[in-house]
Amino acid sequence: MSKAVSALEGASFEGFAKVEETGLRGMITVRGDLDSKEMAEAVKAVNGAEMPAVRKIVHGEGGSVAWMSPDELLVVCAYEEADAKVAAMTEALAGQHALVVKVSDARAVFRISGEAAREVIAKLAPVDMSPAAFPAGEFRRSRVAQVAAAFWLNEDGSFEMICFRSVAQYVFDLLSISSERGGEVGFLN
Amino acid sequence: MLTLQCPYCGVEAEETELHAEGEAHLKRFGPGSSDDDFEGYLFMRENPKGVHFERWRHSNGCGKFFHAARCTMTLEVFGTYSAQTLEPPQEIKDKISAKYPGWTWREFA
Repeated sequence: MSKAVSALEGASFEGFAKVEETGLRGMITVRGDLDSKEMAEAVKAVNGAEMPAVRKIVHGEGGSVAWMSPDELLVVCAYEEADAKVAAMTEALAGQHALVVKVSDARAVFRISGEAAREVIAKLAPVDMSPAAFPAGEFRRSRVAQVAAAFWLNEDGSFEMICFRSVAQYVFDLLSISSERGGEVGFLN
Repeated sequence: MLTLQCPYCGVEAEETELHAEGEAHLKRFGPGSSDDDFEGYLFMRENPKGVHFERWRHSNGCGKFFHAARCTMTLEVFGTYSAQTLEPPQEIKDKISAKYPGWTWREFA
């Protein structure tokens, strides 16, 4: 099989916040009835994580599980583990009206870290990024400038952002320009 | 700018995160229906100055369709509600009645 590479192969930019493409990441889209017992068990068994509440991301030892919509979850895990997880979850959800698909290679992931990481995103997305409105564990699907993206806040204060692979360069450029020195706003931190 | 709360994910979404999807509560008339019904379903739309019911989609978000009740004149939003329904919830109708007594919109009042 050909060698897998991430969209921007780890490109990074350092301004008043640091922007990096995080390389290969396993991602699995799960659709089905999120309220069902079977779904909760499948999520727990495969990722060691509880079912996330609305607009939250939960981190387990096997991977993170994010709430995407009332019938959709996103599992984020190590790139190599994605295939095995898809198989395990498909088996755990056998007989259910559910769908488990690996989408790792269709997406790109960025990390935005530093004191003013909130500002970098606040300039691009129509989302209240104040610490009160956007605590750690919050997961938000929205847009950055002209493309769809989803992002969450880690416990360590860094943000991770997922977008489609086809717009990875666009999103990287956006984040870089938004974090350029001299562009600090100083309102959110 | 219009801000609507998505009833599915609870986000206070502003207009650019949403997509307008036309009039709410349309009844579909398909093959076998009369010409008048079919024409009405395809082309006849409300265009009120005042209370209006619309369908929106949280396109840059959870992706779900929902309904919104608002006033086209003042841009006041009376509320948003699930699209899995045939008529607006009573509490939204009450809210509109408090502001615009005697309002009507298609078969609702």
